[in-house]
Amino acid sequence: MEKFTTLTGVAAPMPLVNIDTDMIIPKQFLKTIKRSGLGVNLFDEMRYDDQGREIPDFVLNQPAYRNAQILVTGDNFGCGSSREHAPWALLDFGIRCVISTSFADIFYNNCFKNGILPVALPQEQVDVLMEDARKGENARISVDLENQTVTSADGQVFSFELDPFKKHCLLNGLDDIGLTLEKVSAIDAFEQQAQQSRPWV
Amino acid sequence: MTAPKTLYDKIWDAHVVHEDTDGTCLLYIDRHLVHEVTSPQAFEGLRMTGRKVRAPQKTIAVPDHNVPTTEGRDNPDQMPEDSRIQVAALDTNAREFGVHYYPVNDIRQGIVHIVGPEQGWTLPGMTVVCGDSHTATHGAFGALAHGIGTSEVEHVLATQTLIQRKGKNMKVEITGQLPPGVTAKDITLTVIGRTGTAGGTGHVIEYCGEAIRALSMEGRMTVCNMAIEGGARAGLIAPDEKTFAYIQGRPHAPKGAQWEAALAWWKTLSSDEGAHWDKVITIAAEEIAPVVTWGTSPEDVLPITGDVPDPESFSGGKVEAARRALDYMGLKPGQKLSEIEIDTVFIGSCTNGRIEDLRAAAEILRGQKIKVKRAMVVPGSGLVRAQAEEEGLAQVFIDAGFEWRLAGCSMCLAMNPDQLAPGERCAATSNRNFEGRQGRGGRTHLMSPAMAAAAAITGRLTDVREMMREPA
Repeated sequence: MEKFTTLTGVAAPMPLVNIDTDMIIPKQFLKTIKRSGLGVNLFDEMRYDDQGREIPDFVLNQPAYRNAQILVTGDNFGCGSSREHAPWALLDFGIRCVISTSFADIFYNNCFKNGILPVALPQEQVDVLMEDARKGENARISVDLENQTVTSADGQVFSFELDPFKKHCLLNGLDDIGLTLEKVSAIDAFEQQAQQSRPWV
Repeated sequence: MTAPKTLYDKIWDAHVVHEDTDGTCLLYIDRHLVHEVTSPQAFEGLRMTGRKVRAPQKTIAVPDHNVPTTEGRDNPDQMPEDSRIQVAALDTNAREFGVHYYPVNDIRQGIVHIVGPEQGWTLPGMTVVCGDSHTATHGAFGALAHGIGTSEVEHVLATQTLIQRKGKNMKVEITGQLPPGVTAKDITLTVIGRTGTAGGTGHVIEYCGEAIRALSMEGRMTVCNMAIEGGARAGLIAPDEKTFAYIQGRPHAPKGAQWEAALAWWKTLSSDEGAHWDKVITIAAEEIAPVVTWGTSPEDVLPITGDVPDPESFSGGKVEAARRALDYMGLKPGQKLSEIEIDTVFIGSCTNGRIEDLRAAAEILRGQKIKVKRAMVVPGSGLVRAQAEEEGLAQVFIDAGFEWRLAGCSMCLAMNPDQLAPGERCAATSNRNFEGRQGRGGRTHLMSPAMAAAAAITGRLTDVREMMREPA
């Protein structure tokens, strides 16, 4: 997994609330057995018409946002299906950070497994960043994971909360499985004890 | 004396392998369910790192999302190439890594969340995960069950654990008795309508109260299934005599002395008096009506007697979302819900694809004909299908004009050939009415099986209470 340290870039505004993972990556693209190559289908049904032509009004089709690295979104981003194809598609497009007032739990968790930082901030701060995002290339947003801050284009600094373990893994690009396998003796011990107390499992 | 605990607290505590000083826990996983869509990358990850499945005996695989539901589906030519590759990958992975496996041609095949309980894999007090958000279903047994992403699927395959932080406790109490015509689906949709799709975020919900206790296991699974639509990764119902009766004798349920030992522990699995709840919602069952969704979020719920709402009646970002939803759904504010005409009826899914659901729909359909363009029943498993045939339900559906299909996820998410065309309007017993969910441009109204059956007969959204037979 790629590390995440700091990021300064263009943010695309997506103020719609409850953007679900079916919108982020529709099911016809889940029939892959790989993790890569999904960026072209990110937000597919909002981004292309029935003939597969780009819909010019859609934010990521606009010249200013074609290389956006940040999304600023409405409440409850990533709700619905657990498909990790959603963060895979975001990452493949080039999005490394999503800023919202709230995220659905499974999506939030999946982001950290893929080097994407989801940042939850209060409404009034998201509103400031949404305004920046609307200005396209003229208003870049900066994100600093180590210091847990987001800086708006005019220099306002907003702090965000983050689980220390998730932060550590993302900052260092760590693989969870490797870390867990360091505790394999604890897992062995748990299984032995459970074999006594709950043998039917 | 220990502090009073919730059911969630008890199951959590029984599965902590290791806790870090910052509260990050390694949680042991008792059952891992696997399907073909979210697992290929995880198995590939194991192969690339030379890792094995740590507990293949606790891992159960079944193809469900892609599989066609028409006869002759053992013939791979029935599937488009990408689906075929995904199903073949599961077949290879299941055999190579030696996990329990129900292939397409096995009568026990079906939707993973129906197969697990049916085969006795799901038991009270367990931790159950699957790369699928509707894993919440298994909470009906008093198991802590939730969806995970593919990276976590790989993590569980390799370590039989998950790295987790404990969530908060939310209690949803449904007091009193449900009125006639009102079902488990109406309960769960009404709760989501009340709390919103983010109301349970960060929480595990325990459903309780007289109306929940009165539900069958099938109904309880319907309620827990949609905990995720309310934002909660997991929903729970404390096990009781109904739970134990459902489990006893199933292929993978404990037997003999182990059954007795299990039962003794299971009987301790309920929330203690005085346990702490971070959030409490109470709804009187008497106030719940048969409901339908009108929009493109599962929180867009109204009683069938209501009207399509005016987007301006909402606040904040929901105004724009509701405007967009009405445009997508082709509806106008003030339109009576019971006048919305339906093209298609879909009865099935992990929410409502169990035998009781088929009985409820057949009860309404007996001796009737459908007025919609097409209607299909997709049983949740091969065994549900066989039972429905034995009970004569299949014939009721066929006589009414329904297609009688083989088991799978089918039109709930339309990854197989069962899809809506653009603009096609569907009365569905599934769980999500998102844009494009049942097919690009398709319009979904969620409801109970009885309500879907009523809509099939009249060709419009219909209050099932108008069609209920007088008690004999």
